Amino acid sequence: MKMQSTENQCTSVGVRFGKFVFALFLTLFFNNVGIANDNHSSNTNSEDVEHHDAESHEASTHEHAESHETTTGFEPGKMIMEHIADAHDWHLWGEGDHSVSIPLPVILYTSEGLSVFSSSNFHHGHSPYNGFKLNHEGVVTWEDETKTDVIYDLSITKNVLALFIGSIFLIVLVIKMARHYAANTGKAPKGIYNLIEPLILFLRDDIARPTIGKKADNYMSLLLSIFFFIFTLNLFGLIPVFPGGANVTGNISVTMVLALVVFITVTISGNKYYWKHIFMPDVPVWMYVIIIPIEILGVVLKPFVLMLRLFANITAGHIIILGFFSLIFIFGNMNAGLGYAVSPLSVAFTLFMSVLELLVAFLQAFVFTLLSSIYIGMAVEEHHH
Amino acid sequence: MSLMNTLLQATDLAAAYSKMGAAIGAGLAAIGAGMGIGKIGGSAMESIARQPESTGDIRANMIVAAALIEGAVFFAIVVCLLILFL
Repeated sequence: MKMQSTENQCTSVGVRFGKFVFALFLTLFFNNVGIANDNHSSNTNSEDVEHHDAESHEASTHEHAESHETTTGFEPGKMIMEHIADAHDWHLWGEGDHSVSIPLPVILYTSEGLSVFSSSNFHHGHSPYNGFKLNHEGVVTWEDETKTDVIYDLSITKNVLALFIGSIFLIVLVIKMARHYAANTGKAPKGIYNLIEPLILFLRDDIARPTIGKKADNYMSLLLSIFFFIFTLNLFGLIPVFPGGANVTGNISVTMVLALVVFITVTISGNKYYWKHIFMPDVPVWMYVIIIPIEILGVVLKPFVLMLRLFANITAGHIIILGFFSLIFIFGNMNAGLGYAVSPLSVAFTLFMSVLELLVAFLQAFVFTLLSSIYIGMAVEEHHH
Repeated sequence: MSLMNTLLQATDLAAAYSKMGAAIGAGLAAIGAGMGIGKIGGSAMESIARQPESTGDIRANMIVAAALIEGAVFFAIVVCLLILFL
């Protein structure tokens, strides 16, 4: 191995590279030399330049508008947003004029009363109906834009319907399971109960009992509900066809409600030691000024982080899978052959990401439940000094 | 510095610069996640090598810690997404 020369013996390769990058970055600040020259030359014939500028600006915007109309290609951002966001109809297949979708009821409560109608009356946002119209973001607004009355939108949207489907699936499954266990006490479970029973026991023995302690069985119904609800909805979100495919847990309102439930539980079941730790912790009095705001912030922040973690994980996973799919169409727009060539690669990536998303579906449900049970455990902890 | 002055005056380019900032922020967040989870994975590997019979416990705790770190990273990602789409 050749020895480095004595001058740079002490600086390793990494340090030298870092200095090079830093020097490059510093050169950004010395562009003023080049920029000043340009300004100077244009100032000398400012009138001509302004005229020229206005003309060229107009021409460029004209061209820009034209090019917007002629590109009817694939817009990945729009497609991804359509799949992630909520909608008033459940799109099944096709696009544009040939799209097949299930129109869902729109239920609005305004100062003029309750209106219930099918969202097919909006014709995908192209026509208003009954004084209402669907704007770009899919939100129902007044057709007459000067009206500012509040519209309470209680519609059955795609996410609401998916919530109902997931809940009904879970309720049917759990009630059948309870009846089966009541009728066959002591016998081994059969079928899908073989999957669910270890999950329930795992939640009770490894999550609830170690963290909550003696009162764990009181909170088991809440923790089990949270876990299976999130797990089922995550799994349904990964299935591409109806009744799956709705990004429910990636909707921040759904996760906000789940976090709110945990927050209410923790606040209601907090015993006096819990509140004492927040408002009069065991620290010297002069530190109260620092510690108490942090503790109060922590009370609100912990469920907020729960909400954000679940939302961001699931939404990010869906965006990545949809992004890999869009690769096919983006390449296909450039050249049909390229589109076909990219397909196996894209499908392989999507398959890999979907398997990872299966893991994430379980993991996020598990982490939500684990953290909820830790917070509940902290709230009901007995004093042991 | 004159770069800062030109940046401040470039209000018509502000949207473009903010998107660049969002993209760089997301990249830095990914670096943070990689470093954090790499440390956890490394120490988990070492402790499994020291005591192979506790592989199950260590694996479970490693996954929990990784999910918690990802929670913090997703904060940054959501902020960048907000910049891009709001």
